[in-house]
Order: sequence, then structure tokens, then C-alpha cells
Amino acid sequence: MPYTLTINGTARSVDVDDDTPLLWVIRDVLGMTGTKFGCGLGLCGACTVHLDGAAARSCITPVSAVDGKKITTIEAVGKTPAGKEVQQAWLHREVPQCGYCQSGQIMSAAALLAENKRPSDKDIDEAMAGNVCRCGTYVRIRAAIKQAAQSLRKKETA
Amino acid sequence: MKRRAFLQASLAAGGGLLLGFNLPSARGAQAAAAKSFAPNAFIRIGADGQIVLTMPYVEMGQGTYTSIPMLIAEELEVQLKQVRVEHAPPNEKLYGNPLLGGIQATGNSNAIRASWQPLRQAGATARTMLVSAAAKRWKVDPASCRAQSAEVVHAPSGRRLKYGALAADAARLPVPESVVLKQPKDFKLIGTPAKRLDTPAKVNGTAVYGIDARPPGVKIATLAQSPVFGGRVKSVDDSKAKAVKAVRQIVRLDDAVAVVADHMGAAKKGLAALVIEWDDGTHAKLDTQQIVDQLAKASLNSGAVAQNVGNTDSAMASALTKVEATYQVPFLAHATMEPMNCTAHVRKDGCEVWVGSQVMARAQEAAAKTAGLPLDKVVVHNHLLGGGFGRRLEIDGVTRAVQIAMQVEGPVKVVWTREEDIQHDMYRPTFFDRLSAGLDGKGAPVAWNHRFAGSSVIARWVPPGFNNGLDSDTTEGAIDLVYGLPNLHVEYVRVEPPGIPTAFWRSVGPSHNVFVVESFMDELAATAKQDPVAYRRSLLDKTPRAKAVLELASEKAGWGKPLPKGVGRGVSLQHAFATYMAQVAEVELAKDGTVRVRRVVCAVDCGTVVNPDTVRAQIQSGIIFGITAALRGEITLKDGRVQQSNFHDYPMLRINEAPAIEVYIVESSELPGGMGETGTSAIAPALTNAIFAATGKRIRKLPVADQAALT
Repeated sequence: MPYTLTINGTARSVDVDDDTPLLWVIRDVLGMTGTKFGCGLGLCGACTVHLDGAAARSCITPVSAVDGKKITTIEAVGKTPAGKEVQQAWLHREVPQCGYCQSGQIMSAAALLAENKRPSDKDIDEAMAGNVCRCGTYVRIRAAIKQAAQSLRKKETA
Repeated sequence: MKRRAFLQASLAAGGGLLLGFNLPSARGAQAAAAKSFAPNAFIRIGADGQIVLTMPYVEMGQGTYTSIPMLIAEELEVQLKQVRVEHAPPNEKLYGNPLLGGIQATGNSNAIRASWQPLRQAGATARTMLVSAAAKRWKVDPASCRAQSAEVVHAPSGRRLKYGALAADAARLPVPESVVLKQPKDFKLIGTPAKRLDTPAKVNGTAVYGIDARPPGVKIATLAQSPVFGGRVKSVDDSKAKAVKAVRQIVRLDDAVAVVADHMGAAKKGLAALVIEWDDGTHAKLDTQQIVDQLAKASLNSGAVAQNVGNTDSAMASALTKVEATYQVPFLAHATMEPMNCTAHVRKDGCEVWVGSQVMARAQEAAAKTAGLPLDKVVVHNHLLGGGFGRRLEIDGVTRAVQIAMQVEGPVKVVWTREEDIQHDMYRPTFFDRLSAGLDGKGAPVAWNHRFAGSSVIARWVPPGFNNGLDSDTTEGAIDLVYGLPNLHVEYVRVEPPGIPTAFWRSVGPSHNVFVVESFMDELAATAKQDPVAYRRSLLDKTPRAKAVLELASEKAGWGKPLPKGVGRGVSLQHAFATYMAQVAEVELAKDGTVRVRRVVCAVDCGTVVNPDTVRAQIQSGIIFGITAALRGEITLKDGRVQQSNFHDYPMLRINEAPAIEVYIVESSELPGGMGETGTSAIAPALTNAIFAATGKRIRKLPVADQAALT
């Protein structure tokens, strides 16, 4: 059935089955390929997007469940304060290797920092354990999140 | 896209990299080349000053799209931000890997080793010609000119010309036969931690992987292949699948069925609605244990002698103590984060393929063969790889996509589900090893026997590399040990398992051999009641580089310092891919046997370092990859079917389980060694030796799984 989705601030109309995972609407129907497919079961986090600012696995989120919600993808997360700092820290720390999982990692990290600007290691574990990186960039992801958090705090007090 | 528009688009994007865009056609590139200075297949300098470097090796995370440009840019005297990088098209004459028999392949951690001389020469050749062109224009001695930052400068007169302004003149000069390379002391780039050129596109979602290819009108397909290797489709009821909204077509092949749809959601739904009956074929009852039993039995027979030093029989006879053990490693899947995929468009007169491949020319050949077309009618567009690890050294995915595309009007992107990706991988082979050693009165190893049985990937992948029952990969890490062993005998028995394909997997031969050798060395130290580091060190008098990394790693790790109960330290030492590495792993055991690696200290001597940040990144990466495999990686067969299917039953190490990793790089002016795989093979024995230190439990079979449970 027809849906009007608000993605990255733009209304987009699609006509797909109710149970179509949001991931395929974003990638195949709308042609935005920054959001990645990894497992299809919500086990790896490569498909992470924001729904009203919260991290969600788009591969197991049916399109019918996102009606009326604001969807943000990697293509626009840099327009949010947390997303921007996370991307900067990722660049600075040279986090990506193959890079395939990094859209999802960045989306999860940005959602964490939007909520919590002083995340502990445990907070980072909890927010990021759903995102698999086969290249093993975890050491740098943790360092980059801490750096982004610090920048965010600095900007807030400035 | 027309070339001009293409360039503008790339420039507009502001990046130094073309990767976010589809490549221009071969014809377009040639036309552009005609007006530019292109002294070799790797460098093209346009009259507009655009410097484009063509990458013979593919980027799958290892940083080659930065370190290879560093080699060229160093000699060409340009800054990295002044170059743009293009994927090489398939062309083995131009882009064949000299260390892999001329095959256009990225693997075996040898891109830097293969490029070190030729690509610096390529840069120096271009630089020499640009300097000559400038000197000619100014009518001065070339020796009075120098190149810097994409300009030629005549210091006495202060004149300078940008490379772009010299491109047309340089293109008319003969290519010099020999050029002078820079002295290492003059390196500006090599040895510095360069920012990766591909990072910006990888943090903003614009990086384009094979799975992101979207030629106009592309349909999306997903597939079910025979769950038993070698099985066939018996019957298909597709009535329900066809009724799924946005499903366009069902494609039936001999051994697979694909659903073609407008989007992957519909394709997957259609696939689930198919009723397929399979003829399982001869492997219907195959079980992993049968394969292991077969290998264990084969390892009782003599094999091809991979290395013999001295006489182990007589040394064994006079040894005071004898140690014997058997070891086993499992099948492993690659599980690249980007599932297997390939896009193909087959027309009567040609075929186009979009894929991320470690073997571009083989991808082209596979497409041509499958479509029944001459090679020159097949265009292959390479992409970034969302992980390779050896999986994309295989072209089965290209063949599949072309088979399906032959039955589809227009382009079709075939995307494997994660389940298909894991259950139709080509696996790191399982091996069975028998070892025995004899120790003298002081506990020193006077005899070392090692015989192992398993698959030779080389024998299938590059048959000329398999001779007299041996190949250089399957035995790497088992022979030419760093240790001074007076009597050593190593044999390999080739056994190809039925019903399961095998392939290269990150750290290849050493992924198996280093685990076995370094574990058994640890057993000898324990038998001799000696410290594992001191025991190894006493055997390293003739290999100072190995001794140095061992000492560095143990010192930095605080080897010998007391640890709490339930925590242990283990060491490993390896010489593989022309790199020396020692690792010390610190593991902590929970009461239920759960193993947590809390710290890994790694010392590496990889000769001359090109990009130290990449060296660190690759070691961090390799260690995590290796821990995943060592702790829980295992592919098993039951009734001919792979039992694992997704990340719940083929689990990956996650951030909450990742150890702290420290990397110490030994300064060296030796030739560069490989980096992409070394970390992976070295961690498994360090980890299991640490378990032994903590519990007294020797792990002789991977994965560790629940073997470390305290009893």
C-alpha cells in the first residue's frame, strides 16, 4: 500500500507491502545506498537508522511501523550536532577499514551521544554491542566516541 | 555520463577520490589518456593538472588505496591530497600481481611487497620525464631542476611549472629505461601516518560497494542454492512467490532458484514463498565428523615431505623425553560484512558486470565464459569491497549473477541473504595434525616431526603452484621455522574433503600452521618445565629479528609479572608473509569457562613501514578477526548441509568483548613485509597458550568454545 515517509526531512511516497522492511525501501526503492544490509535479522547493526532520533535496525522494521516518524539516515546524520561530531571523530581517528559497517556504527554512536554526552565504557558497550565490525575497528570506535563526546560537551559549554 | 560531466561531478564532490562514482568507460579513459601524460598504466596527468592513479590492488579495508598511492606519490613528488584514485579495469598484462604468478589478484598480504619496487619506479619515471620536459622548455640542465608538490622548479632562475602544464610535452618524450629512486632518508610520505583517502566517503555514506551498484532499470534478485553442495533442483512450485507484490520473475537454474523483484524485500518474500524440492545428490548424508575421521586416518600415512633437516628418526631414538599430540582446526566461513552480490546485464552482444572483486580479470573471464561471449565484450566495473578476507578471490558469485542475468531482461543485482552467504561460502579448510618431538636432558627440542592432512586451496586456485604434493601456502608457518631445530621433518598429505568447497581465508596456511606449531612449542616448554618466552628465545640465535620482536612483546606485556587467579598470559611468535611478529595475549576465565581476552600486546617487524597507522589498524583488525575464529568460529555439516546460518550461530566478536590492543613497531630498513593477515594467525596460539597458563588446560582443537571450562 502507499506510504509517505519523512526521510532526512523530505517526504517520499512509496507503494510497497506493509511488511516490507524499511531497509529495502531506503536502499532499493528510494536508491539511498549509504544504509547497508548485513544480516536481515537485526543481528549486526549495519542497517541502523534513526527513527525520531533513536537508533533502529531498518532490516527488521516494517515500513508500516514508521508511519509518521522522522527517519534519519547516514546521508543526513551529519546535520545533527551529535552526528557531525561523530563523523569528525571517525575521520580524525581513522576508524573505517572496509567501511561497510561504518554507516551503522556511526548511526548507533550518534544516537548514543544525542542522549548521553558523557558515556562510560559500559554505556558504549551497551549502545554499540549490536553493531558488528568484521574488520575489528572496535578499539578505534570506542576512542572516537569518547572524542566526539568531548567535542560535544565543549561546544555545549562554549 | 560524459567524461567531462563525470570529472566535474567528481570535482564538485570535493573529494580526492573517484570511488563514489562509476568509472568512465574504457573508451572514455583511452580518449582522455590520449590528451594526457600517461607514462605507464598507473599514472595519468591531464593538461588540467589532474593526477589520477590507477590502483592495481583492490581496497577491502587494508588501506591499499592509500599506501599504494603513497609509493607512487613519493617518487612523483606530489602530495596525497593532489591525487585521485581509480579502480583498475581487468587487464592482467598491466595489472597482474607479480607475486601471484601474474594473476590480477589482491591477496596473500603482498600488495606492498609486489609494488615496492615497480610502483616507486612508475612514479620516478613520470617525475624524471616531467623534469626533462621542463628542462627542455627552459633550455637548462635537468640536473638543475627538481620536482616538488606537483611542480617542476628551476631553483637558479626561480621558474616553476605545474605538472599539468608539462603533461603534453612529457607525453612526447621517450620513456627512460632506468630511473633513480629516492633514498629512504629523503622520503616525505613513506613512513608517515597518512590519512586514508577512502575515509571521508566511508563516514558519510557515499562510498560505493558492489552491493550499491544501481545501473538504470536494475532489478533485485535473491536466491536459494542447493542446500547440499552438488545437489540439484528437482521441482519448484512458484505460484505463491509469483503472487507477491513487486516480484517480477522466477529464474530456475540446475542447482539454484532466484526470485527477481523490484526490491530485495519482495525478492526475499518471494523466495520464502517458493516450494523447492531438491535432489541432494551424493553428499546427502555428509557429516563433518566423517571428514575429520578421513583426515585423521590420512595423517597416519606418509605424505609429501615439505621440509627435512637432519635426521629426526635417530634424534628421536636418543631423546630423553618424547612429546606427542594431535591438533585440529575447523572449517571457517568468511562472513564479510557485505554479503556476496554481483550485478550483471547480459545482452546478445555483450555483458556488463558490477562487483567488488579481489580478482578482476577472473571475474571478467567467468562472466564471458558463462555468457558465451568473447572476453572483449565483457565490461567489469570494480567497486570497494565490504570485506574480502579471501572470499572475493572466488568468482562463483559472478558466475551465478550472469547465469541469472541471462534469463532476465535488463540489469539484475543478485544479492545473497546472509544465510546463503554463510551456507554457500567456500571455506577455510579443516586440518588434522600429528606432531611428535624429542627433548634432550636440558629440555631442548632435538627432534620435531609434524605431519598434517587437509585441502590444498592452491591446487584448485592456481594449479601450477601445486607440485610434488606440495604448495607454498598450505605449508607456510609449518616449515622454515624461526627456531633453530637441528632435526625437523614436516609432511603434508593432501586430502580434498567431499561435498564442501575450500578457499583462502585471512592468514591462509599460517591460520592453521602457526596455531599448531606455536601451541606445540608451548607444550615442549611446559614439558621441559621452562618459561615459554625463555624457551623460545633460546632457539632464536640465528633469527635476530624474531628474537627482537619476542623480547619487545614480552617486555611491553610485563611477561612474568604476577596475575590474579583465573588470568593467564600466552605468547606466540611467527614469521609469515615476510613479517616477524610476536603477540602476548592476556585472558581471563569466568567460572563457566567463558574466555575473555582482555589485552593483547603485539610487536611487529614488517621491514620498512609505508603507512604506520595502517600497520596498527591491520594488526588491531587481524587480532579481532583471529579471536572471533579461535574462540567460536566453526562451520559444521550435517546431512550435507551447513548448520550455521547467520550471526546468532556464527557469532562475531563484539565491541564489549574486544580487548585492549597495543602495537609496537620495530624500526627497520629491511624490505617491506605483509600486514593484512599476520595479526590473525598469531593470535590463536597466544590465546590458547594463555588459557593453558591460566588453567593447565591445553587447547588442541579449535574453536575453544567451552573447552576451557574449569572442572
